[in-house]
Amino acid sequence: MVPLSYYLMLSGILFACGILGFLLKRNIITIFMSIELMLNGVNLSFVAFAAHWHALSGQVFVFFVMVVAAAEAAVGLAIIIAVYRTRETLNVDQVNLLKL
Amino acid sequence: MTPSLHLWLIPILPLVGAAINGLMGRRCSRHAVSGVAVAFSGAAFAMALWVASQISSLSLPHLELLSPWIRAGNFQADFAFFLDQLSLLMLLVVSGVGFLIHLYSIGYMWDDAGFSRFMSYLNLFMFFMLTLVLAGNYLLMFIGWEGVGLSSYLLIGFWFTKDSAASAGKKAFIVNRIGDFGFLIALFLLIKHFNTLNFAQLFEQIRPLQPEVAGAGLLTAIGLLLMVGAAGKSAQIPLYVWLPDAMEGPTPVSALIHAATMVTAGVYMVARSHLIFDRAPSALTVVAIIGTLTALFAATIGIAQTDIKKVLAYSTISQLGYMFMACGVAAYSAGVFHLMTHAFFKGLLFLAAGSVIHAVGGEQDMRRMGGLRKYIPWTFWTMTVATFAIAGFPPLAGFFSKDEILWKAYSSPHGSWVFWLIGVVTAFITSFYMFRLWFLTFFGEYRGAQPSSKAKLATEPAAHDSHAPDPHAHDNHGHGHGTPHESPMIMVLPLAILAVLSFVGGWVAIGGRFERFLAPVFDSGLTASVAESAAETGGSTETLLMGISIAAAVSGLFLAWFLYHRQPALPARIAASLGGVYTAVYNKYYVDDLYNTVFVKPLLKGSTTVLWHGVDQAAIDGTVNVAADSARHVSDSVRHMQSGNLRSYAGWVAAGAAAVIAYIIWAGVR
Amino acid sequence: MTQTIPQVADYIRILPELVLAFFGLVVMVLDPLLDDEGSRKTLGGIALLGALCGLGASLWMAQSPGLAFWNMVRVDSFSVFFHVLITAIVAVVILTSYEYMAVQRIRAGEYYGLILFGAVGMTLMSSAVELVLIFIALEISSISSYVLAGFRRREASSSESSLKYFLLGSFATAFFLYGVALMFGATGSTNITAISQALQAKGVPRLAYVAVALMFVGLGFKVASAPFHVWTPDVYEGAPAPIVALMSTGSKAAAFAVLLRVMFEINTPGRFWLIWVSAALSMTLGNLSALVQDNVKRLLAYSSIAHAGYLLVAFAAQPGPGISAAMFYTASYAAMNVGAFAVVSHFAGAEERYVTLADYAGLGRRSPLLAATLTIFLLSLIGIPITGGFFAKFYVFSAALKSGLVWLTLIGLLNSAIGAYYYLRIIVMMYMREPKGEITVRRIPASLGVALALSVLATLYLGVLPGRVLDFALRSATQLMQPHRAAITPAPTPPVGTM
Repeated sequence: MVPLSYYLMLSGILFACGILGFLLKRNIITIFMSIELMLNGVNLSFVAFAAHWHALSGQVFVFFVMVVAAAEAAVGLAIIIAVYRTRETLNVDQVNLLKL
Repeated sequence: MTPSLHLWLIPILPLVGAAINGLMGRRCSRHAVSGVAVAFSGAAFAMALWVASQISSLSLPHLELLSPWIRAGNFQADFAFFLDQLSLLMLLVVSGVGFLIHLYSIGYMWDDAGFSRFMSYLNLFMFFMLTLVLAGNYLLMFIGWEGVGLSSYLLIGFWFTKDSAASAGKKAFIVNRIGDFGFLIALFLLIKHFNTLNFAQLFEQIRPLQPEVAGAGLLTAIGLLLMVGAAGKSAQIPLYVWLPDAMEGPTPVSALIHAATMVTAGVYMVARSHLIFDRAPSALTVVAIIGTLTALFAATIGIAQTDIKKVLAYSTISQLGYMFMACGVAAYSAGVFHLMTHAFFKGLLFLAAGSVIHAVGGEQDMRRMGGLRKYIPWTFWTMTVATFAIAGFPPLAGFFSKDEILWKAYSSPHGSWVFWLIGVVTAFITSFYMFRLWFLTFFGEYRGAQPSSKAKLATEPAAHDSHAPDPHAHDNHGHGHGTPHESPMIMVLPLAILAVLSFVGGWVAIGGRFERFLAPVFDSGLTASVAESAAETGGSTETLLMGISIAAAVSGLFLAWFLYHRQPALPARIAASLGGVYTAVYNKYYVDDLYNTVFVKPLLKGSTTVLWHGVDQAAIDGTVNVAADSARHVSDSVRHMQSGNLRSYAGWVAAGAAAVIAYIIWAGVR
Repeated sequence: MTQTIPQVADYIRILPELVLAFFGLVVMVLDPLLDDEGSRKTLGGIALLGALCGLGASLWMAQSPGLAFWNMVRVDSFSVFFHVLITAIVAVVILTSYEYMAVQRIRAGEYYGLILFGAVGMTLMSSAVELVLIFIALEISSISSYVLAGFRRREASSSESSLKYFLLGSFATAFFLYGVALMFGATGSTNITAISQALQAKGVPRLAYVAVALMFVGLGFKVASAPFHVWTPDVYEGAPAPIVALMSTGSKAAAFAVLLRVMFEINTPGRFWLIWVSAALSMTLGNLSALVQDNVKRLLAYSSIAHAGYLLVAFAAQPGPGISAAMFYTASYAAMNVGAFAVVSHFAGAEERYVTLADYAGLGRRSPLLAATLTIFLLSLIGIPITGGFFAKFYVFSAALKSGLVWLTLIGLLNSAIGAYYYLRIIVMMYMREPKGEITVRRIPASLGVALALSVLATLYLGVLPGRVLDFALRSATQLMQPHRAAITPAPTPPVGTM
């Protein structure tokens, strides 16, 4: 059996990858995918802990997270389209009208 | 559980009136404005009467909580109202006299451009004064206290375009701040040592304390500081200087605020705090001395004044001195009794004086009046009642209250024959200057400008009707006015009512009823009660002393009659022969000049050179400029955190998260 | 444990949410049937009705305190306080939007629907005691605000604001969620009461510390406290002004409610210095950055960061006075800030053209009423007596002093002094500068008038008679610290049951 700490390690790594992706990538869609990566890292933790505690609630939580992530994706893509329409770019570094 | 009386309505009603007139008065007709003002102040009075009628079914003191206000730890001060015999009496006096003066003001101020503003201020004043009187704790009382100061400032400076009015307003404001400072420190001391300002709890804690006989303790300090506050508000030595100047305000204001109600707030406050004073005999003595000296001092100044309102102003100071004298000998009910009768006759005197001034077209100098009784009979008769009342002729109101004070000053364990003697001398002087005013104004020949010499008319609008009351002309300027004329009914009516009250107002005390009524309030909680020892002496001494004070009043009348009616030339010669003394009195003992030289000028100079040029311009402005510049600098660099780049924002969040996690792991490990 | 079917009382305890959601749905369904004009007028009216019904439902809900839906929701004074506050804010925001949407010529159906849905999330946040539910509620309110921030579709700045809010918001939510996961891992439960019991019984595992830190990151982002505040100025500048009013008061109040529950009901370990530093940083950064701002919306955004800092000071204090002071602060901040943004949104005009400080020059002469109301709100933001802002600061700082936080109080007072400068700058502009150019100030319509009057009244009420609200807050604080007194079902269990 795989020990709990391995899962947690992997989940932490996934989460960190998500953060790094958010910080380093320039394409808005990629940044958005990084967030999904972070959420999946969290999901992994949930499932692992649920198995550890023998509690279903962790697994149920994962379903909720997935549903919410889907809703977020729908809204997020709409927003990205709106930005693209006014700016004609998906480079996040060029979306900087508002500053200082 | 006693039923709720909704006491909060009493102060709120005038506030509503003030708000309506203040916000919309300018657009409404004068009739509407006066209707609103009178209706709301009248409603407060009616409410007060209703409360008085309920009094038998209540257990006093009656407490009502409107809403919690400040809660900090165990300390709490709420919007709570406190009704006992004392506040009920004050309530009736304030709302009753206030209501009458509202009526009078309609006639007096009718043609003034700021009519609605005036009415709104007047209502505002009522709100604060009623709050002061009904407050259930010192903090709420202080709000009322400051509020009446504010309204008084606004009303003194009502004709703010006039320099003297504006500066009189400022003077009143500043002198009162000195007093308030004392009051505030007293409150801080109370909070520090008793942790409450609520009357009920506070007095509960003070009651078991013993008098501080040997030396000065905490209660003495608090008492003295409270007296400083009272001296400021009630114009006692050395803070009385603002009151004579306050006569720059319209006459109804002088009657309401600077005679009948606001200036007595100090007396009320001392009476309310009597448990503190009872336990601080040295503070009590100070109160008595200040009161007695003020009474005498102001009365002597009153002799030489020629402005009718100034005479009355000094007379007010002097009468307030009597009230403090009474409080100072622990005869609080006598002081409050005089407060009440004084509200009647002094309010009446001012209103009548306003009517006189109105009649002669704005003239305030008594030397240019005379013989007016033929022209303005109503005013003459009402003023006569008031004059005899203040002079202390039986059976008028002033006799009872003044005699009570003099008797208590003599007989009380805190009293002394010295207080009594000065009191009697003052009573004689009072009688003298009041009858001087009376003779100069109403008897002899009219010495004012004749109708023919109306040179001034040319500069005034041609349509100026000499019968239209135009107070702007009255108080500001206006020589040459034509024949003196009686005031309109709406001004005469309050005069008549107050005259009746000045006549019969003292009868409530016959047989000691008044004192018994207030006795529950003024129970000192100490073993040796004032009332008992007073009852022991009594008898023939009392009758003798009463006789002496009546004699003083009568001789004052005679002297005035002799000097100002029989031998009108004599006073000038006496003044000339007195020389320096007369000039000193005429110039109010140069106290104003003294204050000017000692306090005001050095302060001005000091603040100009040191504070303004030195501290403010060099130090503060300099520092502030440097600080502001560097703040802008920092600010500019800080806002560069906000690059507008989303990834750098995420970087901040991530860095913050990293710092937080790093810290918490460190803290958790530790 | 055996309770399987929700009772009527359960539904009453989420009645405000149900009502708001119902009206939101009605608005969405009717939207396609109406033209632009109708969408603004009719749907605005329905939305307002919905908010008011929500307010009524909150008061009704207050009659039946207790737990609902297997210990996921708790109705106590605390949640009632925030329900009432949030629904009132939403009502005022809708009143403000009424004219705003017409001037901006934006189709308004979805707008009102989203406001109501957002309100569902915010109110639910304040009564949820189950981290799953808190997360969902948080997302409901966040997703609505992401969309609402970009509602001025034709403006590049608005969509940019929306994008930034969306990406950073999701980023921060991921942190929060990770914290929840670790907390679940540390205690085996996601129910706040159960978590607190587990931590008390078994001691605090190290994982719980990290969990708290991560949750604090997520919630700190929502309340715009430093160093997670960077999104605020940009988002507020681009978003429609009434929505900024909603975000800066409603969402923030809800997030503070969650933060209060998490911090105090779980008696979170190791929170003190986190909050201390964050409070000091927020106050200082917010106020300093606001000093040189020329855009009023941006200035108020920085001010909102600073106010989040003042509020956090209360979190660092002892729970009793601290919680009640924080609650009072949210209420009075809501009153004055909603009002200030109402003025801003009216004055901004079409396409929000007039939002710089220079535009406000001479407003005192051109529209005395508007200037006077804005002045009241600004004075309250400074913390001048007889306004709510004064007592809010007073209670927070006195709570801090009582807990011995002398330095934090000093920093707070210094910051208040700095803050006074930029608020006064607006007032000076309005009253002492000559107007530049011709800006026509429209008449104040009835809806906005009501909104302004309500805000002014609330601000002054809290400034003159703070007692009642504070008493209520104190009672809520006591309940929050002794959660089991209000509990109906004993022994809180994980929502689905143990395997």
